[in-house]
Amino acid sequence: MTTVTLVVNEKARTLELDTRTTLLDALREHLHLTGTKKGCDHGQCGACTVILNGRRINSCMSLAVMHEGDRITTIEGLGSPDHLHPMQAAFVKHDGYQCGYCTPGQICSAVAVLDEIKAGVPSHVSDDLNARPQLTDGELRERMSGNICRCGAYSNIVDAIIEVAGVQVSGAKA
Amino acid sequence: MKFEHPAKLNPIDDLKVIGQPTDRIDGPLKTTGTAPYAYERHDVVANQAYGYVVGAAIAKGRIASIDLNDAKAAPGVLAIVTAENAGKLGKGNFNTAKLLGGPIVEHYHQAIALVVADTFEQARAAAALVRVNYTPANGAYDLAAAKNSAIKSEPSFGGPADTATGNFAKAFAGAPIKFDETYTTPDHSHAMMEPHASIAAWEGNKLTLWTSNQMIDWGTSDLALTLGIAKKNVRLISPFIGGGFGGKLFLRSDALLAALGARAAKRPVKVALPRPFIFNNTTHRPATIQRIRIGATADGKITAIAHESWSGDLPSGGPEIAVTQTRLLYAGANRMTAMRLATLDLPEGNAMRAPGEAPGMMALEIAIDEVAEKLNLDPIEFRLLNDTDVDPEHPKRRFSQRNLAECLRLGADRFGWNKRNPLPAKTRDGRWLIGVGVAAAFRNNLLVPSAARVRLDNRGMVTVETDMTDIGTGSYTIIAQTVAEMMGVPLENVVVRLGDSAFPVSCGSGGQFGANNSTSGVYAACVKLREAVAQKLGFNSADAIFAEGQVRAGNRSATLAEAAGANGLVAEDTIEYGDLDKTYQQSTFGAHFVEVAVDAATAEIRLRRMLSVCAAGRILNPKSARSQVIGAMTMGAGAALMEELVVDKRRGFFVNHDLAGYEVPVHADIPHQDVIFLDEIDPISSPMKAKGVGELGICGVGAAVANAIYNATGVRVRSYPITLDKLIDRLPDIG
Repeated sequence: MTTVTLVVNEKARTLELDTRTTLLDALREHLHLTGTKKGCDHGQCGACTVILNGRRINSCMSLAVMHEGDRITTIEGLGSPDHLHPMQAAFVKHDGYQCGYCTPGQICSAVAVLDEIKAGVPSHVSDDLNARPQLTDGELRERMSGNICRCGAYSNIVDAIIEVAGVQVSGAKA
Repeated sequence: MKFEHPAKLNPIDDLKVIGQPTDRIDGPLKTTGTAPYAYERHDVVANQAYGYVVGAAIAKGRIASIDLNDAKAAPGVLAIVTAENAGKLGKGNFNTAKLLGGPIVEHYHQAIALVVADTFEQARAAAALVRVNYTPANGAYDLAAAKNSAIKSEPSFGGPADTATGNFAKAFAGAPIKFDETYTTPDHSHAMMEPHASIAAWEGNKLTLWTSNQMIDWGTSDLALTLGIAKKNVRLISPFIGGGFGGKLFLRSDALLAALGARAAKRPVKVALPRPFIFNNTTHRPATIQRIRIGATADGKITAIAHESWSGDLPSGGPEIAVTQTRLLYAGANRMTAMRLATLDLPEGNAMRAPGEAPGMMALEIAIDEVAEKLNLDPIEFRLLNDTDVDPEHPKRRFSQRNLAECLRLGADRFGWNKRNPLPAKTRDGRWLIGVGVAAAFRNNLLVPSAARVRLDNRGMVTVETDMTDIGTGSYTIIAQTVAEMMGVPLENVVVRLGDSAFPVSCGSGGQFGANNSTSGVYAACVKLREAVAQKLGFNSADAIFAEGQVRAGNRSATLAEAAGANGLVAEDTIEYGDLDKTYQQSTFGAHFVEVAVDAATAEIRLRRMLSVCAAGRILNPKSARSQVIGAMTMGAGAALMEELVVDKRRGFFVNHDLAGYEVPVHADIPHQDVIFLDEIDPISSPMKAKGVGELGICGVGAAVANAIYNATGVRVRSYPITLDKLIDRLPDIG
């Protein structure tokens, strides 16, 4: 057992944890922040995505004790049913979900993806690694591909992200 | 309410709320992570311990011995459940293999123990210390090898194993155009995002289970049966379900083991299946081998059609009913279908989204494309030539509605079908070979009784309770819309409570029957509540108009709140059906259009455009119905291009048992998708005049992808999934 302090949704939370506890289980089982989902526990589905110090990570692939002092934003930190974050509102409007289980991870990823593009971080489909990446639908689909939605809401999710990005995007071929 | 005659005009036809593309009422909960799923119910019961499942490491045989000493001595361990100490257990009506195995092992990863500890980490570590000695037995794991041993299966929910009309053999022998090909589809996993999970708590002899289950009443019955306790002592609660697709139709090991673990540990216990268990511990869609023969005249009329399918399952299991659509989809006087079932010792096969039609249409709709080409006919034209208004096996039965032709024609127009080059491998876009494909969509509409209770209170709020589930389908929203329409109240005045065995028994979620039947049950309850309101007010219920929170009859009016009074009004009813599904064939139809690009050098396949046109009765909520269709198109694209449970034929298990090895479509695989609903209403189906739509979208889309790949490359692949290795050595020369 060891003690760790995490800054979760802008609140410092000190926990006494079994060192084997993942960041995901610390959130879900110890802080009862169950908005972050466990889909695979293997880093393969993205349902556990949270924003850590401004960057998205799979919280199942990280032990909580590695995050002393780190700032973590979970889906609960983005908005609440009465005060939806614009990305949450866009998911509702575009029906960017069905069962809802991958949804918090999709939304956390989507928020972080727009920041990544703004910050100039290239992706696998960026044509020129030295140029600023463009906000195309190909870029969004590539960057969101770590978040599986088995219900298959992808087409609507991309529509929601595009609305929040506030741009007309061009369709990338093939 | 017994629905025995086609529906007349009723309050649903006002379409003030029904038929509107309303945002989901549970959307704010789902998008903020506040919708509670089974494993997350910290709020419902204190002192929850953690269970971790141990799965069998062999596919068939016996457990010679289990050594629990190290596991019992591990920190935090409270109890270990095995078949030896669990007491006498029955088996659920819907289960083939036992949910807790031992000493006999029936399949790989069959649960054989549950370790309960104070924390998840302790339970998981102790589970790894359970030492099992097995005596393996030989099993059959290879469908192709077992094919010749397959026998005629018992009649199932897909009907009899065999059907025959006219004289297929003679007509086929005499047909000017003959076609005979065999197709294969692999085993598929539901791979829903939320693993099966349950929290169990006992209070004396009463068990409450917070779980993730599509069919509350089946689950309650089967849990009681397995535990050998009275059904009235079991309560299931499942308000949010993180995907099912058929994988959560039944009681599964998480639920039983949580109940047994809680009894052994004398504490509430929560159990989630680890992701790898989804593939081998739970059910899957069985692989098929399908032979299709079609005889036609030179001008394109089908005279003979045969569809045979072979699949495997554990002893006493059932077949994948892959021939069922061929009994109904195309005309032809001489026809036969047959299903043969082999015994395989792989994990249990069972229903996955559109059982039967999903793999059946993957084969049939390639065959239709192939025959059209042989006839030098456009594949849409060939389908139109062989359209039928009647059940071809029973020509006196008409379809309640059949708008296949309109789906094909409208889709062709919208997709730009006339720009397609019918000659394969002739269209290039830079390095890409471009192809366009089409397939019909077909899935039956099933009628299932469904009950609901509605309660009106003195604030004018209406609360509806039914054990119906929402597995992402939009049940919460369409049920609220139904109540709002029937009672004349705004959507905000409706409270929907679902997924609890304390509520009236619904149809549940499966077989694309959920929306039509559950809302019809709510309709029936609302009709009764309207009568109760009118009676209370002394109005003639036939004249009463329910609108804007008021009831009016003649020159009198009152608010619903006044009618409810201090004690409120409650009504409960069940929709039951007469024989309209026997006198008429009730089905849903559609057409899928797909454009693909195939890399001329590497054979990499990319989907560029997808369109589905659907005729599925009244669309209760076009927004959530469209989501059902695009989701099914996505799953069908996965089946076409990547999904395959790979069988280890020596050890007898699905090797790729995680989401990295079992590939499902991701964002980058799926283009923008379009869906068009025909303006159809079907008064023969139900008072809602709706039909199912949740599975129609997966039926045929895989073949549309396959046909597009053929159009792009000239390579016909009859073995799914269509991966690039099956194309690359046959691609056209790059000129």
